[in-house]
Amino acid sequence: MPQFPDKHGRFGKYGGRYVPETLMPALLELEQAYLKARRDRRFQAEIDHYLKFYVGRPTPLYFAEKLTRRLGGAKIYLKREDLCHTGAHKINNTIGQGLLTRRMKKQRVIAETGAGQHGVAVATVAALFGLTCEIYMGTEDMQRQALNVFRMRLLGATVTGVNAGSRTLKDAISEAMRDWTTHVRTTHYILGSVLGAHPYPMMIRDFQSVIGREARRQVLAAEGRLPDCLVACVGGGSNSLGLFHPFLKDRTVRMVGVEAGGLGIESGKHAARFAGGRPGVLHGTMTYLLQDDDGQINLTHSVSAGLDYAAVGPEHSFYRDAGRIRYTSATDEEALAAFDLLSREEGIVPALESAHAIAEVVKLAPAMKARQVIVVNLSGRGDKDVQHVARLRGVPLGV
Amino acid sequence: MTNRLDSTFERLRANRKKALIAYVMAGDPSLPDTEALVLELERAGADIIELGVPFSDPIADGPVIQKAAERALRSGTSLRRILTAVPALRAKTQIPLVLMAYYNTIYAFGESAFCRQAVEAGVDGLIVPDMPPEEADLLEAAASRAGLRLIFLLAPTSTPARRAAIARRSKGFIYYVSLTGITGAKLADLEEVRRNVEKIRQATETPVAVGFGIATAQDVSQVAAIADGVIVGSAIVRQIGEHQHDPHLPERVGAFVRSLKSAMTHGQVEVRA
Repeated sequence: MPQFPDKHGRFGKYGGRYVPETLMPALLELEQAYLKARRDRRFQAEIDHYLKFYVGRPTPLYFAEKLTRRLGGAKIYLKREDLCHTGAHKINNTIGQGLLTRRMKKQRVIAETGAGQHGVAVATVAALFGLTCEIYMGTEDMQRQALNVFRMRLLGATVTGVNAGSRTLKDAISEAMRDWTTHVRTTHYILGSVLGAHPYPMMIRDFQSVIGREARRQVLAAEGRLPDCLVACVGGGSNSLGLFHPFLKDRTVRMVGVEAGGLGIESGKHAARFAGGRPGVLHGTMTYLLQDDDGQINLTHSVSAGLDYAAVGPEHSFYRDAGRIRYTSATDEEALAAFDLLSREEGIVPALESAHAIAEVVKLAPAMKARQVIVVNLSGRGDKDVQHVARLRGVPLGV
Repeated sequence: MTNRLDSTFERLRANRKKALIAYVMAGDPSLPDTEALVLELERAGADIIELGVPFSDPIADGPVIQKAAERALRSGTSLRRILTAVPALRAKTQIPLVLMAYYNTIYAFGESAFCRQAVEAGVDGLIVPDMPPEEADLLEAAASRAGLRLIFLLAPTSTPARRAAIARRSKGFIYYVSLTGITGAKLADLEEVRRNVEKIRQATETPVAVGFGIATAQDVSQVAAIADGVIVGSAIVRQIGEHQHDPHLPERVGAFVRSLKSAMTHGQVEVRA
């Protein structure tokens, strides 16, 4: 596997920098700043410090014994990113970008958010590092994730609703890019997934790869061998790439990325880019997109706001074409069933995003042998989704 | 065959005049309306027409043009339909037509096929707001083969090295973005625009047109004194939005453009005196 991306920010034909000229100098500056920081031991030490004492890393690799027994096949390990400070893997990236913002001497950060987990993680580091913070969020998502909206405001961030298009993550990213274009000299845009123009997909992958580095060490310690299979959900694809990346050279390790199947691929109401999409350019990068024949971006659907997006990280597109990672999808219904299953079997309420990965484990594990090992990334906890699931089930919470 | 853009700028230059470049979103509120609008804007004094191609996620555009794109998409407008509609317009006018299209609409169409068919239909130039020169090699080659002028953008944030390279690469004219921001924002610093346009001129003979934030007759007259062309987008599109149900839509918008043109001509007289 060559060193990716190349100097043009390409993963094969995917990736690149499709942005207005106004942003190009900022992207080049960011790339320089990041490459310099990556070589700097002090920067790495700063990240390690905050990951250990603030985020709570390393996160455990937990053997889910009851779930394993219940499914009756492969041994299932959960990489507990849900135990990170703020409740999801998102903070691994925002600590890195927050420290980089300080190095670039910018005072203001902006971000998009879908489920609100990235927004909360950005608002958190903004408070920690003393930065002004504005978060863009689709108004549809603000309704689905009202709790996270309030959390961001508690943390001192301004949350700006985006009322355009589908009023979800896609539109929040567009609006954040417009803000960045306007305030590029003073503002750093903390993108939340392995998306967008180079260097974001590379940089965010690097920041998230701590997940896979830890998991590799932990599974070797626990089992004395590499896992047979890794499973993670794929929205933009940062938790999955973070887990997968340190294992890419291990040819015996299979990897499965799980997209949002929504109401089913055949319904057209989903966010499974690899099932229903084709290559195109959105938000600065060439990658698989859900789009119509004219190149207009389709509206997507998922019960989980964090997976509800028409594009996928460009590096995923490359591994899909190369056959290194297999991509599949779980429907809303399967994800909700997995949400219940993990809650009842293990006492762990997963984020609806992560529940998609659990749903795939439910399909895979029984067909595998008892000595085989699956590592699944439990990318976030489900506290933020409790209200939403109650509403879906018509349970009044009386608050 | 000479390109209409080139000959228009040559003619204007010979007469010591500046180009008024009027932007309308194709298909807003419908493609027949667009044809009527283009013809009326030409009568009102527009020298070049920029036709927006609607895109679902226009990251370089402010709310006025976003809404116009939504109206155009609702009326069923696509790049394919626009190219089908251009020949009828071309039969009635020789005004230079420049398409402004986000890259994905062109990529979905196919770059080579698009450039060929655009020129056959009567399009003269192309602006792709989300395609910096780093990503332009394929499209540039296809445009050059077809005889379509690929117009690049320069911004206040462009470094001197980028400015020089892009100024030399841009064909037809150079689109200087007057402000650090999106379309429809407020023009902030005329002095900075003047300085940057002068720097671009040192790198190339290609005409320089200035766009973004130019909304009033006064803006137009001030920018015309600095650049070879003045691009007015959101201000015209806002008029179209307000009068979209008015049976006299073209005349309403035409009156606005006439006022801009008159300020521009008047302004130039002052500058020469």
